[in-house]
Amino acid sequence: MTDAGEPVLDVASLRVAFGGAEVVRGVDLMILPGECVAIVGESGSGKSVTARALLGMAGPDSRTSSERLVVAGQELGAASERTWRDVRGARAGLILQDALVSLDPLRPVGREIEDPLRIHRRMSAAERRARMLQLLADVGMPDPELAAGRRSGELSGGLRQRALIASAIALDPPLLIADEPTTALDVTVQARILALIAGIRERGTGVLLISHDLAVVGRLADRVLVMRDGEIIEQGTARKVLEDPSERYTKALIAAVPADSPRGARLSSSESGIGAAPGAAPLATSARTPPSADAAALLAIDHVTKTFPVPGGRFTAVDDVSLSLRRGETLGLVGESGSGKTTVARLALALTPPDHGAVFLDGQEWSTIDERRRRPARHRIGAIYQDPLSSFDPRWSVRRILADAADRGRRDAPAFALRELLDQVGLAASVADRRPLTLSGGQRQRVSIARALAASPDVLICDEPVSALDVTIQAQILDLLDELQRERGLALLFISHDLGVVRHMADRVAVMRAGRIVESGDAERVFVRPEHSYTAQLVADAPRLGI
Amino acid sequence: MTPGSPADRPSRVNGAALRRTGLLVAGAAFVLWAVASLTFFAIRLIPGDPAQAILGGPGSQASQEALDQVRRDYGLDQPLLVQYLAMLGRLVTGDLGTSYALKLPVADLLGAQLGGTLLLATLALALAWLLALGLAIWSTGRGRVASALGEGIEITSAALPHFWLAAVLIAVFSTGLGWLPPVATGTPSGLVLPVVTLAVPLAGFLAQVMRESLLDTMQQPFVVSARARGESALGVRLRHTIRHAALPAISLSGWALGWLLSGAVVVETIFAMPGLGRTLLQAVTLRDIPVVTGVVLLVALVYVLMTVLTDVVSRIADPRLRQEGAR
Repeated sequence: MTDAGEPVLDVASLRVAFGGAEVVRGVDLMILPGECVAIVGESGSGKSVTARALLGMAGPDSRTSSERLVVAGQELGAASERTWRDVRGARAGLILQDALVSLDPLRPVGREIEDPLRIHRRMSAAERRARMLQLLADVGMPDPELAAGRRSGELSGGLRQRALIASAIALDPPLLIADEPTTALDVTVQARILALIAGIRERGTGVLLISHDLAVVGRLADRVLVMRDGEIIEQGTARKVLEDPSERYTKALIAAVPADSPRGARLSSSESGIGAAPGAAPLATSARTPPSADAAALLAIDHVTKTFPVPGGRFTAVDDVSLSLRRGETLGLVGESGSGKTTVARLALALTPPDHGAVFLDGQEWSTIDERRRRPARHRIGAIYQDPLSSFDPRWSVRRILADAADRGRRDAPAFALRELLDQVGLAASVADRRPLTLSGGQRQRVSIARALAASPDVLICDEPVSALDVTIQAQILDLLDELQRERGLALLFISHDLGVVRHMADRVAVMRAGRIVESGDAERVFVRPEHSYTAQLVADAPRLGI
Repeated sequence: MTPGSPADRPSRVNGAALRRTGLLVAGAAFVLWAVASLTFFAIRLIPGDPAQAILGGPGSQASQEALDQVRRDYGLDQPLLVQYLAMLGRLVTGDLGTSYALKLPVADLLGAQLGGTLLLATLALALAWLLALGLAIWSTGRGRVASALGEGIEITSAALPHFWLAAVLIAVFSTGLGWLPPVATGTPSGLVLPVVTLAVPLAGFLAQVMRESLLDTMQQPFVVSARARGESALGVRLRHTIRHAALPAISLSGWALGWLLSGAVVVETIFAMPGLGRTLLQAVTLRDIPVVTGVVLLVALVYVLMTVLTDVVSRIADPRLRQEGAR
């Protein structure tokens, strides 16, 4: 244990290079016991590499150097692998993003939690087991005995994240490094995991929090460091950095958070040039005209129910759901994972037939007709997904992806205008001949939007379109969708677990829980004065900027 | 996760297991029937007269009456379809028939040979696994030279033909060094060269598969987690990555044992070992239809059993499969 006051982490001029490229360039960092320091930045800024370098795990092809690297009182500047192994787990614990893949899927979580005890301490099997069960209870695992025998795939996202945290704090290390600890989690679960980490900090553990989510950082951190291109460009107390940033980059990061920006306001600032695609067309900033309430519904989901067979019965994924979407309107659909949002998207796209009820597209039967009759109208409804990469053929060029989408199944397809299409989604013409793998996350999502637009749809189903993107890229994509909707009168069904994003995008909102719509209505009304207790809970749990 | 009260779980699992077993048995029966039929018709494409074979081969100068007599006795004068149905009828009752050449029941003949071949194949499979695991673990995560060397060894050994490898091994270890006998003597030392001959090419192949999945697994975040707990490089391999890397190799092992049985034809001939392979070769040369059918059916049965076995082992090694199976 460290004395109060002696830092648990003291780093001076940390540098990490891969080959000739230096990705961490002289980072200074100090964390005191019971203090939470956060590093924020976009992906590729070097924050995760920094975290790993602090455990001597920057990678086999990396070179790490520092003037000073002290973890919990031990100098590790030129430590051998043997010394590093004694530090890892005992003096510093690491929590990674998704416990589904951060815990060995073939082993029971109890064994994973016992590992650090087995490696660093001489304990009998019975002592280890007792300590492991105690740890599971400490991190708030219901029924530790049962959970210990489960594998990560058998636990829910929140519970396996708890198990992962238990394995990181098994030896009560003075320093805990949390690399995007809540990124894959629903808001209510996220709130509980953040509370758990806050509790660990209360007990005197120093926490290094790595996150791209400024709202999460605002909840937990005492001090915030902003990282860009391997350098700390701004640091200070969390309040100072988040409320009164001095760097333009930090301001742009904060402005890109959609939660508190009104509907229709631009999130990305083109002047700052952060992450902007080369040749991105400047977007018009004309005022939005909300869709008239009496317009006929373009997409109508009418009392639809969908069940799936499970052992011992059927699981109702979507239960008597009705939604309608008008031209030029954005309908937000929010809910936690497993609430049935994606099944609604599949029903709307007529990729899966409903058990009861029907879907109508522009007044015509859509879900109940033959696929052969549906195909000619398929171009009227497009979709974009969370992970565009897996929806592209990796061998195809962008040109081919878009050309394929443009004329598929249509005889009267308009002449394919690749240039305009790329221009509309803010991609340079040179992207046309590249393959999806060589594009950045933001560029891929732009291609995916271009593909959806290629067939000139009236309705666009967006299923978590920005969940995998950095906040600044997310802002650009949201702005782009907004702009395209204005230009083309698109109707958007916008599905997300992120309340901030939905609040920024949607005219109307439907809140989904366990297959049912528990509340729906005007977006501002739902978020400001939620009527259903579940909506109130969601809104309360959603992390927001400001402390 | 789907809710399910613990009380009703075992019966559901048993029901699923029962259905799976039923499907397996039906599938096995279908495979054996198909193999028997294919063999029956394929063997008639070999030129020559079975009656001649029964009477001691083309050189026996049997009289026309003797040939006719044999044809009547063995039912060879019947239409093909009748012969086929008669054969199926015999197989169903478990009667594999009598060898034309040796005049012994095929079942006894094969029973005497099966043990030796199975021992050879099993030892070769075990040795191949050891070599492959060792090579895969040694050559991954050790930099480019080890990786390239490992890859080279794998490809070279996977490409080695049995007859060539056997000849080289005999030349070096028997003729040259005199350590091991050049023919199978029935003693453990006589088994060494045949087992090594069979194992090396298979090891090269298995190692390729294992190294691929080992490299893939080493990239997984849970390996980072394990190392962040202080696990050593060897510990990570033993406790985490090997199991993942072994999964595809386990699935391949059922196929591999069948492959080893066909390799045994060559190896048993070269090392003059008694066994199924050599029996098959002789039977084909002599057009001894019952023996050929028997060997082929036996190998098919081994294939089926190995597939079931690998399925069971995969389920033990990968608990996720058990879970899916219960659904």
